[in-house]
Amino acid sequence: MIELDPIWLTLKLALNTTLILFIVAVPLAYLLSVKKTVFSLFIEAIVSMPLVLPPTVIGFYLLLAFSPANFFGHWLEETFDIRVVFSYSGLLIASVIYSLPFMVHPVQSGFSSLPPSLREASYSLGKSKWETFLKVLLPNIKPSLLTGIVLTFAHTVGEFGVVLMIGGNIPGKTRTGSIAIYDEVEAFNYHNANVYAGILLALSFSILLVLYAFNRKAGQSKFY
Amino acid sequence: MIDFALQKTLHTAEGELPFNVSARIERGQFVGLYGVSGAGKTSVLRMLAGFMKPDDGYIKVGSDFWFYGEEAFHMPTQHRSIGFVFQDYALFPNMNVEENIAFALRKNESRTIVDELLELTGLKNLAKRKIQTLSGGQQQRVALARAIAKRPALLLLDEPLSALDSGMRAQLQETLLDVHKRYGLTTILVSHNAEEMVKLADTVIHLENGRFQRQMPPASFFLNGEDSSGLKGRVVSIAPNGEVVVQIESGVLRLKSVRQDVRVNDHVDISCDVDMYHLKKS
Repeated sequence: MIELDPIWLTLKLALNTTLILFIVAVPLAYLLSVKKTVFSLFIEAIVSMPLVLPPTVIGFYLLLAFSPANFFGHWLEETFDIRVVFSYSGLLIASVIYSLPFMVHPVQSGFSSLPPSLREASYSLGKSKWETFLKVLLPNIKPSLLTGIVLTFAHTVGEFGVVLMIGGNIPGKTRTGSIAIYDEVEAFNYHNANVYAGILLALSFSILLVLYAFNRKAGQSKFY
Repeated sequence: MIDFALQKTLHTAEGELPFNVSARIERGQFVGLYGVSGAGKTSVLRMLAGFMKPDDGYIKVGSDFWFYGEEAFHMPTQHRSIGFVFQDYALFPNMNVEENIAFALRKNESRTIVDELLELTGLKNLAKRKIQTLSGGQQQRVALARAIAKRPALLLLDEPLSALDSGMRAQLQETLLDVHKRYGLTTILVSHNAEEMVKLADTVIHLENGRFQRQMPPASFFLNGEDSSGLKGRVVSIAPNGEVVVQIESGVLRLKSVRQDVRVNDHVDISCDVDMYHLKKS
């Protein structure tokens, strides 16, 4: 009987990564869309790094940073009793960093595509920045939010390099679907590899299908 | 009364433009802000609304300051009693017609004004419609109703009719005048349409290159030969009291104190001096 743990772990990781990124990236994307300072330029560049860097490079630096042999990792372990490397929390941190641009970019371009007059109109009606954000801006970038959510989820499902570097390959703990496939192929268990790969393929395809169907529908009733 | 003096260096496509405009507007007036593109009309509105911060000067509304450069005081838009109608309407696509207007209400405020405005602007049957299903003229009505719903002291209109055809334009001009009077608003309208100014405004402020040129009654301003486009029309009726109704392209003008040497159906050129209109057969 084939172990389905790696698939569950992958889903759990993707879900939590998406949740954390949604909370972190939506305000960040908004700030990047309105603030055009030198500082925000740096932030934009940092956010986009995972797009161009090999995942192993990110994984390597995270491994160094969080290793108990080094200052930060040591401090985390001493102060909070947290060990990030080769643990689920390490996977989660790495995934959040690695998938950051996939959430920030669509949401940021969603905000940027809204005419500034929408925000100004809301202010002129006496509404605070917060109320404007919640009731006017966010509801009008729904397709971008959905794109961000789906891309982040799908991208996390497909992670390999970063996850392997920081999490290793501990069954039930850090062995995700993509690593399990690699592992099974290494051991010439092509049948198992096939099952895992098939599940991930079907999953990713259906997620994207739902996304495009939704955005096509949203696009038809879009305003300008 | 609204009293303002605004100074700012504007960065335009043609380089830096020193902007320096001051004026005094009486309560209840309908003011036209006239000038060619790039003269700084929209900047005046945006500064009054608080979207743009002047470098120096002041904005005084009644006894309150909305901006006071010397003390670096700049009241946020949210606290200014304004209604703003944008050139692109800026309606919220996630809300229907009624929700757009009701968005202007404060918490727990009565919705009577929403129904009243829906009725007044002829939108009652469209109340539940989505914004994106409306025509340009209908959207403009929603934008106007929304801007008035919180009963502002000052209504700012940034070329609200420029995208509409002439029939729709004339209709909306009527609506504008109607709400301006009914709600006792002080209204500032940006436009570069001379006829619109004559029809709507009590007084016109003329801007040129970011500077205040002059302020005068609209008719004398546009009909003095300063604006070569002039006005042509056809006499529709002449009342015993001397009022002449002239049909112009986008509507009708009622002109008082007109010299009586024209007859109904005459085609006329309209001009005027300080207190007298002249109609000349063309």
